[in-house]
Amino acid sequence: MTHSVGAKTGETSATGAQAFSGAEHPFTRFIDANRAPLGTLAVFLVMMGVFLTANPRVFSEWNIYRSVLTTLPVALFLVVPLVFVVTSGEIDLSFPATMGFSAWMFALVVQAGFSPYLGIVAALATGMILGLIVGSIVVYFNLSSLVATLGMNFMLRGVIQIVTEGKSIALTSLSQSPARTIFSSDVFGVPTQILWGVAFVVFSAFLYNRHRFGAQVKIVGDNPDSARQMGIDVDLVRVKTFVFVGFGAALAGIFSTLINFTWWPTAGDGYLLPALASVFVGGTPTWGGVGTVVGGAIGALIVSFIQTGVVGAGLSGFYVQFFNGLIIILSLIGHRWNQARYR
Amino acid sequence: MAERLIELRNIKKSFGRVYALGGVSLSIDKGEVVGLVGDNGAGKSTLIKILAGVVKPTSGEILVRGTPVSGWNAARSREAGIETVFQDRALAVQQSIVRNIFMGRELAGRFGWLKLGREVREAQRLMREIGFTSRVFTPRSIVGQLSGGERQGVAIARAIYNEADLIILDEPTTALSLTETAKVFHFVRQVKASGRSILFIGHNIHHVYDIADRFVVLDRGAVALEADRAEVRSAEALIAFMEDVAHPQRTPASSAASLRAS
Repeated sequence: MTHSVGAKTGETSATGAQAFSGAEHPFTRFIDANRAPLGTLAVFLVMMGVFLTANPRVFSEWNIYRSVLTTLPVALFLVVPLVFVVTSGEIDLSFPATMGFSAWMFALVVQAGFSPYLGIVAALATGMILGLIVGSIVVYFNLSSLVATLGMNFMLRGVIQIVTEGKSIALTSLSQSPARTIFSSDVFGVPTQILWGVAFVVFSAFLYNRHRFGAQVKIVGDNPDSARQMGIDVDLVRVKTFVFVGFGAALAGIFSTLINFTWWPTAGDGYLLPALASVFVGGTPTWGGVGTVVGGAIGALIVSFIQTGVVGAGLSGFYVQFFNGLIIILSLIGHRWNQARYR
Repeated sequence: MAERLIELRNIKKSFGRVYALGGVSLSIDKGEVVGLVGDNGAGKSTLIKILAGVVKPTSGEILVRGTPVSGWNAARSREAGIETVFQDRALAVQQSIVRNIFMGRELAGRFGWLKLGREVREAQRLMREIGFTSRVFTPRSIVGQLSGGERQGVAIARAIYNEADLIILDEPTTALSLTETAKVFHFVRQVKASGRSILFIGHNIHHVYDIADRFVVLDRGAVALEADRAEVRSAEALIAFMEDVAHPQRTPASSAASLRAS
């Protein structure tokens, strides 16, 4: 946008007039309201274009997409709630341990011979309670969420390791259960979990854009003092975002266990950096107040695709990290140029 | 005689041993614009914070429509129909005009889903009411794109949404250009035309002189002058009076007399 920062004088508002002369047109308005996710989509399409050109044969087969779609939902359940936390002006680094912890509860319930559905309820409750604990510690003790949630991540993972002594839990009974058919199987070559993942993204996008919760999350991240003056319970809104992350982490844990039929004490660890990268590649800025759920979901798609794509394009696995970094940096530059920051 | 909206009687406020206000009485009628002026440290801020219920007076009485109110606080103040637009305006600049107007009181259905269409229509009505119309901006425009005066308009629109009877504007023209100030004056006149009262606090005496029906000059925690617009010849006379009060060369009585002579 041409009228980027601090429109304080009459002159800048005149530039705004030019930039907004088409504000009435629905198409222009759509573009303007969705600059970040559209930019992320463009990054994805360019990346896919490069992969397709590099190796048309591999990338015109459905198999490669199916393998990405199988594991992508786990990332979606993590990335989308993180968009809420980052928008509220905080960060949560404890979600990998929360994911492992919730999935642990799921595995224990199933291992004890109870229904997987009961296991799902137990895992979701665990995730939300852990989110509540993490959020309350950050908000009510007034701590830096960056450091406090990092500490919580170590601590929760530590509890898992102390109790399980590093032993995994095999859940072979799951492969026969109807729960697996509903949440993690194949329908006409499409993994069912992606349907749940997409449903979660759509619901969350509405929550973000069309719900009081989303509106207040943005205001709290934008200007907490004003929010307080206008009667918003800033602390409560922040705690709620952490509870939402706990909920998403539990879902991620449940789905990853349903995919593998095994729970590992390290479950979730590998998602810390990719999930965070997805949020920012998706177009949610670090400073709070604005963000995009759909962009975050596309960001997760990009990050999930890089590994498969780099190898599929014929490069060795040693190139994966380099391309990961390249995409992150290029996306950030793109978003900086694409989105104006208002103060 | 106009209806008396709010009356402060002998309000005193001390911070420790320092008196910020030493017995101030002030009344505001319905549909009236009162200009509150005074030097730094005169007690203007303390007075409006007391009106807004943010600060409790040490002693004194507050009457709303002739009835004394006990336990005055921020909630009571809003119940009484008082909305305060503080100096920093309390806007979330990365959000749309609608989101700012409905900040903290979003129009939502039973499950918290926003009634966006209704919010936009309401915002449009409020913006029209204060004369904040533009071909350029819609209620969905981001506040960060607006100029200072327009941002002030959003803050005022938010204040009148609560059906406020009295709007307190704390230094609304500070750091604004001439055209932006004119815009704010336009909003203020529209609010006045709708029958609401305004307490206008300003550093710039010319601005206050242009807009107010009545002037109250505070000096070191006391009312130094209360005068109708008809009684004051010009902004310069008001400034001269304030300088006299601050650095008396003659007796205040004689300077007040010179102010009123026309």
